Amino acid sequence: MAHAYTPGLRVSEMTVLRKERRLPIKGEVIVSKGDHVSSDTIVARTHLPGNVQLVNVASKLGLPPEDLPSVMIRKAGDPIERGKPIAMTKGFFGLFKATVNSPCDGTLDSISTITGQVILREPPMPIQVDAYVDGEVVEVFENEGVAIEVKGSFIQGIFGVGGETAGEIRVAVDSPDQKLEASLFDKSMKNKVVIGGSHVDWAGFQQAMKMGVSGIVVGGFDDPDLKKLLGKDLGVAITGSEDIATTLILTEGFGAMAMAGGTFSLLKSREGKKASINGATQIRAGVMRPEIVIPMPDAELPDGQDASSSAGLEIGSSIRIIREPHFGSLGVVTELPNELRKMESESMVRVLGVKLADGSETVLPRANVEMIER
Amino acid sequence: MSENGKIRAIVATDCGSTTTKAILIKLVDGEYRLVVRGEAPTTVEAPFEDVTRGVLNAVREVEELSGHTILDGETFIHPSDGGDRGVDLYLSTSSAGGGLQMMVAGVVKSMTAESAERAALGAGAIVMDVLASNDGRLPHEQIERIRHLRPDMILLSGGIDGGTVTHVVELGQVISAADPKPRLGMGYNLPVIFAGNVDARDEVTDLLAEKTALSMVDNLRPVLERENLGPAREEIHELFMEHVMAQAPGYNKLMGWTDAPIMPTPGAVGLIMQTIAEQRGIEVVGVDIGGATTDIFSVFQHTFNRTVSANLGMSYSVSNVLAEAGIDNVMRWVPFKLPELSVRNRIKNKMIRPTTVPQSLEDLKIEQAIAREALRLAFVQHKSFAVGLKGVQQERTISEAFSQSASGETLVNMMDLDILVGSGGVLSHAPRRQQAALMMIDAFLPAGITQLAVDSIFMMPQLGVLAGVHEKAATEVFEKDCLIYLGTLVSPVGISQEGKPCLKVEARLPNGTVVNDDIPFGEMIVYPLAIGESVNAKLTPAKGFNLGAGAGKPLECTLTGGVVGLIVDTRGRPFELPTDEHKRVQKLEKWARALDAYPA
Repeated sequence: MAHAYTPGLRVSEMTVLRKERRLPIKGEVIVSKGDHVSSDTIVARTHLPGNVQLVNVASKLGLPPEDLPSVMIRKAGDPIERGKPIAMTKGFFGLFKATVNSPCDGTLDSISTITGQVILREPPMPIQVDAYVDGEVVEVFENEGVAIEVKGSFIQGIFGVGGETAGEIRVAVDSPDQKLEASLFDKSMKNKVVIGGSHVDWAGFQQAMKMGVSGIVVGGFDDPDLKKLLGKDLGVAITGSEDIATTLILTEGFGAMAMAGGTFSLLKSREGKKASINGATQIRAGVMRPEIVIPMPDAELPDGQDASSSAGLEIGSSIRIIREPHFGSLGVVTELPNELRKMESESMVRVLGVKLADGSETVLPRANVEMIER
Repeated sequence: MSENGKIRAIVATDCGSTTTKAILIKLVDGEYRLVVRGEAPTTVEAPFEDVTRGVLNAVREVEELSGHTILDGETFIHPSDGGDRGVDLYLSTSSAGGGLQMMVAGVVKSMTAESAERAALGAGAIVMDVLASNDGRLPHEQIERIRHLRPDMILLSGGIDGGTVTHVVELGQVISAADPKPRLGMGYNLPVIFAGNVDARDEVTDLLAEKTALSMVDNLRPVLERENLGPAREEIHELFMEHVMAQAPGYNKLMGWTDAPIMPTPGAVGLIMQTIAEQRGIEVVGVDIGGATTDIFSVFQHTFNRTVSANLGMSYSVSNVLAEAGIDNVMRWVPFKLPELSVRNRIKNKMIRPTTVPQSLEDLKIEQAIAREALRLAFVQHKSFAVGLKGVQQERTISEAFSQSASGETLVNMMDLDILVGSGGVLSHAPRRQQAALMMIDAFLPAGITQLAVDSIFMMPQLGVLAGVHEKAATEVFEKDCLIYLGTLVSPVGISQEGKPCLKVEARLPNGTVVNDDIPFGEMIVYPLAIGESVNAKLTPAKGFNLGAGAGKPLECTLTGGVVGLIVDTRGRPFELPTDEHKRVQKLEKWARALDAYPA
């Protein structure tokens, strides 16, 4: 077998990305094809239907449901006002009238003579979608959103928390294996995307939030610190909607792990440029990894195909080991034998031979490496 | 199909959330046998985002290992030439794409809503939430929930036929007001199945026909005393194909390749489990522990139940096992000390890189500790769900009245359990079968006399879908190649102090050894008894212990063997691990040694 499939994270110096920005429900697109947008430009907006309240008017008035239409003051589609009556009985000779008041502002949605329920809808809530990246609108999906094309660098992380944000890149460490200590954060990093090395601890992250840092990109973070940050143990990796001021993106994983050299040097070479980042991660079907997009509209694309195109694993491929032992080490594939081999755990698995960065050689399960795509 | 119309070669795949597994079955000397199995990572993830890549990779591995040519480029060669080229049937199951995620609704939580949940689970769905008129939530909270969850499908039930329509129509109003949108894609309406009171069909149509893709099937609880889950389950399968799978990356292509509809994996496993129980007239528990979910199937008193613990699994959901069980419960199974930080980080790293495998022995033991907790928690959930129909009047004897048995009591009786079947990577691929046996014993704590087996290479899903198309092939392969018998477990119920008498075993083993052992409390002992062998034994529990015949009553029976042997577990039921750290580690090591579970 000349090559094998292995998952990898993209690290592209220069590529063209297409970002779709869609409304959750249909609405209005307010930019046009060809427009140049900035990350904070609103591209589409709509109104989410308001909350619905059900009031059993028939039972409140002690009537059979089929009598409901005769007592309704407001009809389906009518506006309603909180505290104002929506239904009233005729009473005896105009006296002893019983009324039901609306619990909210909005409109009366429907009246059911089967259940006696009246459905009230609160006013719609406006929502809008921004462009997230600086780029050009290349396609408009009528009433739904747009596609934005952006040329620049693109890096995927392995895990993140916190949503979309943007800021100027600031590298806070000298090398990819240096820890991002609390003392390295200062006020000049407000609204910046700070690049660290191998690890940020809880004190460091708190300091970053205090300084108003937009986002941190770092090799590793500890799980107990993640628990402190989220206020709970993260069960399933579906993130991005956390209400935290500073988005966190890990490039390597949990624990202290030097950021891959290629990732670090690419980020360092882009210091001072604006980056759009998103910590949203979904590790399940339709996997979503956190990302860093650095628009560079004037740069030249390399010749030929996009450098990030995915080939399989081959002899000579650069890989990173993603499980103990040697977790986090980088190496180059030296062999891809066909037959299964027995590991220390006695598992029989497909393996590959790797020459590690320190010159030593080892044999690993193929499942325990990932390709570093360039 | 080959030239003479005979099925000679079959390929079946199962696209799991982590791995895609392919098997090749061939007709050899008039009998269907498994030839080989291949696997590859499931490719729903970038850069591929196309499930068929993983299918082709797994099938290519089958080709490499078997020498049978199946593909011509990216096309299945149809039919087979009767030799080593081509296939006559290609089938697939799938749980990738997050499986089938449903919401169900019924009027009374413990009655029609529970029946609806059973129908959805039995069809292979993950039930995200159960709405009921009496679930304690206000309508606007229910509406919020529907909008927030964005299920793949909703099953609405409620009311017996001819009964009151008001409550089920109210539920319809809630769904209508939520105006639910499906999880995948914007371009289609959410499928809603109505399986409630037939008299409410017109009102439900008025409410939902325009906003959703509404379909109607027979009431799943036509009368209080009877469930009729078949039509709802079939409709769920149908809609799963038409609406849900069609939206997932690459599935349209895959659906074009298969000779029968793609089934949800757990639905297929359930089919094969029911077949075993019916054919042999036994009580069965089956478990499938996957990357994202753990499914448990049981057949007790002819009633099939399935539960899915949606967030208990060994890769995508591994971190949730830690969150739900707590670190102490996981670590109690680990026979060495490890800092909490290290364990937590390891588990999170497995979660974010779900396809990695344990290379070191230490890593393997941690993974198997987590598996015990995932299985234990999933079984707790199963026992509380696999219950008799609630709300049904029953005639009771005086003794039942005294034992306070009520409708809705769990059907799972560990003493009656005949066979426990494990499947899923961590059990099927455990480097030694003894490890699988230990994990299953520790997690399920079978009582009395129980046979243990594993699905050798995790092919129950493929055999389940095959059973619907070619029962002979499915049955033959299941009998001969699927289950690996681990042995029989003898575990007396009761507790005592370590070293006190617990069980006397008298038998003559097939190798000629005469056994006449008094086994004290707190031990695990294995006697050699190979696959295909059996032994007549007299088992006499000590006073206060029960093997099924009553406390202290002896039991004479035939015990069958397996790759592990005859396992005697006198650690007691209920089972407790020593709380003293040193003693706990010592015990775990001793029991593992007794089973020869790990390399020395």
